[in-house]
Amino acid sequence: MNRLQSASEYQSWQASLAAAWDDTKPCVRICDGTGCRALGSQKVLASLREEIDKAHLDTPIEVVGTGCPGFCECGPLLTIYPQRISYQRLTAADAPEIVRQTLAGGSVIERLLYTDLQTGEHIRLEPDLPFYKRQRRQVLNFNGRVDPRRIEDYVALGGYKALAKVLTSMTPGQVIAEVKASGLRGRGGAGFLTGVKWELCRQNVETAGSGFVVCNADEGDPGAFMDRSVVEGNPHAVIEGMVIGAYAMGVHKGFVYIRTEYPLAVENLRKAICQAEAAGFLGTDILGSGFEFALSVRLGAGAFVCGEETALLASIEGRIGEPRPRPPYPAASGLWGMPTNINNVKSWAAVPIVIERGAEAYAGVGTSTSKGTMIFSVVGKINNTGLVEVPMGISLRELIFDIGGGIPNGREFKAAQIGGPSGGCIPAEHLDVPIDYESLTSLGAIMGSGGLVVADEDNCMVDFARYFMTFTQQESCGKCVPCRIGTKAMLATLERICAGQGQTGDVDYLLEMGDHIKRSSLCGLGQTAPNPVLSTLRYFRDEYDAHILDKRCPSKVCKGLITYSIIPETCTGCMVCLRNCTSNAVSGLKGEVHSIDAALCTRCGVCKNVCKFDAVLVC
Amino acid sequence: MQIPINEINQIINREAMGDGSLIGALEEIQERYRYLPPEALILASERLGVPLSQAYSVATFYNAFSLKPKGKHCLTVCMGTACHVRGSPQVLDRLETKLGIHAGETSPNHLFTLETINCLGACALGPIVVTDGEYSGQMTTRKVDALLKSMMRAEAEI
Repeated sequence: MNRLQSASEYQSWQASLAAAWDDTKPCVRICDGTGCRALGSQKVLASLREEIDKAHLDTPIEVVGTGCPGFCECGPLLTIYPQRISYQRLTAADAPEIVRQTLAGGSVIERLLYTDLQTGEHIRLEPDLPFYKRQRRQVLNFNGRVDPRRIEDYVALGGYKALAKVLTSMTPGQVIAEVKASGLRGRGGAGFLTGVKWELCRQNVETAGSGFVVCNADEGDPGAFMDRSVVEGNPHAVIEGMVIGAYAMGVHKGFVYIRTEYPLAVENLRKAICQAEAAGFLGTDILGSGFEFALSVRLGAGAFVCGEETALLASIEGRIGEPRPRPPYPAASGLWGMPTNINNVKSWAAVPIVIERGAEAYAGVGTSTSKGTMIFSVVGKINNTGLVEVPMGISLRELIFDIGGGIPNGREFKAAQIGGPSGGCIPAEHLDVPIDYESLTSLGAIMGSGGLVVADEDNCMVDFARYFMTFTQQESCGKCVPCRIGTKAMLATLERICAGQGQTGDVDYLLEMGDHIKRSSLCGLGQTAPNPVLSTLRYFRDEYDAHILDKRCPSKVCKGLITYSIIPETCTGCMVCLRNCTSNAVSGLKGEVHSIDAALCTRCGVCKNVCKFDAVLVC
Repeated sequence: MQIPINEINQIINREAMGDGSLIGALEEIQERYRYLPPEALILASERLGVPLSQAYSVATFYNAFSLKPKGKHCLTVCMGTACHVRGSPQVLDRLETKLGIHAGETSPNHLFTLETINCLGACALGPIVVTDGEYSGQMTTRKVDALLKSMMRAEAEI
């Protein structure tokens, strides 16, 4: 395509693409995100295209691979337009039937529909699915609709309109004022006001002469994948937000720092940057305005600490990802000593929405202090694993039970961990608290990047705390002593407790050490590392006491505190457990009751998993 | 294995002409050879004008880099939180027992490398094991056995 020379050229191109975009035309949209791909969506896509070719239908039907619409649990997902019939859990073998019955015959295939968990009814249309119904999708709005590899799709739905508006009718000061007025807060976790951060950076850029903008896509929180999904499914929104930010702050160079563990997101982002350059949304003289901005991609190399802004900057500069003390903040001295603004993926992607709809409309959603929507990745022991975008202020109960569909296998909800290794858990008694930055902090958790992991009665909260401490201890960069040694000391204590060697005083030690680490660590990783331990201690002290005083793991998880045995009345002597045991701990003859030698048993749980008669007892 | 110095030089040259990023060059070499041969560090440090000590510190700091050659097949167990609560420790346990190696190690016959990763972000599938780039979801100890069996069978046929 030809590079756009002016905003009016953009407008006529946009208008022609918008006119050609027709949601009433038959079209099949299939999720081509990482989650559905892992479940085989590409095979489904290929065989659908093949079957459609073979069928010689009267009207041509396009098959589009889109970004992730969020309902990962039921992937591979497919939506048939214009009706928006939603089919789920597809395999390539379903393709001929879909073409014959639905695309050619116009009838719905019941077995491919979503079944409501409560009523058992089949739900035909995507907008009627309980998972989507209560969401308010702004940032994720284009995921599932546009092909992330086609800039035309993004533009047809109004993409880059905000950029054209900014470049033709707003001064940098007005852009900053608008973002400030919207109340947008950093979606990376700390929740600092984005507009204020921009203003500080702008002032420093004016003195220093230049600076940088950076997009933090180093989503290291295990269990969170919304940043990946936004970059993967709608990369142009991030690019547009960054160009607007660069214009507002007067900088001409930007970086996206993204995890190497997200290959598809990197691929789609690189493609999008090339397209935006070709179209004239990046590079010199953007839309004829004279404004210039170049964007590069930098890959993270698998270090959680690089999500911390000063470590991230060190990594972009080619050094190891060690944080440094702040101040000076990056807004004053960042990349190569120049003023640098860093925002999270979701913050950048929200910027075009703020500009296009106006600050007032944006601020109309959410609570008094937390504006707009938040994306959560709801994972773990939950029926509807996926990405959920909801207004700030929604209750945890709505999120987990109404949208998330509750806990699988009739188990009891125990806690939700919000904010990953830096966050804390929220127990059942606080399920009705409205979620915003302040309420989560007061409960001992943090908003973080929006990772929400659900634990049920089968999860041991001491083991949960030990898991996070193992994580942060491994990911500690080692620069400052409190984090390097402190996390190790806390982990050793937790490991002892889990192994059944807990002592009186361990809890006090954890509390004291946690407090020291929080107060004296250099960066956010260390300062928040004790949070999962402290919050489980706050709400699940009884579980710690059971481990330490009674030498008992109530959820039967911690290996040092459980034993496996066989119930003689139930055992049929089928020998399945015996054959599967790798430590030769099971003995017995065919047809006779087996037994487990506790001295040889490694408590791996295989015997329980393979037993068809529920004859293995854990206590 | 013969170290293809020319190819490594090409990768580093390309990076030097572009962004000149040490991490970028090492990432590409790691991706191609699945480890960083000592020669790569020396060449990168010379060409990109970075002290060798810095190249070494970068290569040992980041999880994505390895200084040891990897096995023919790579098995990666996701240890993200969602996978953890759904039983990834048992899955890893089983792989370690069956392969006779710990996470991070390569089997003596250089066939298998067992690794862990912090989160793949495909949490609906947890616990996940990735074998040579192919995802297997909702893993159990039984499925691990079946997976290993089919890999070993394929190996025996070669």
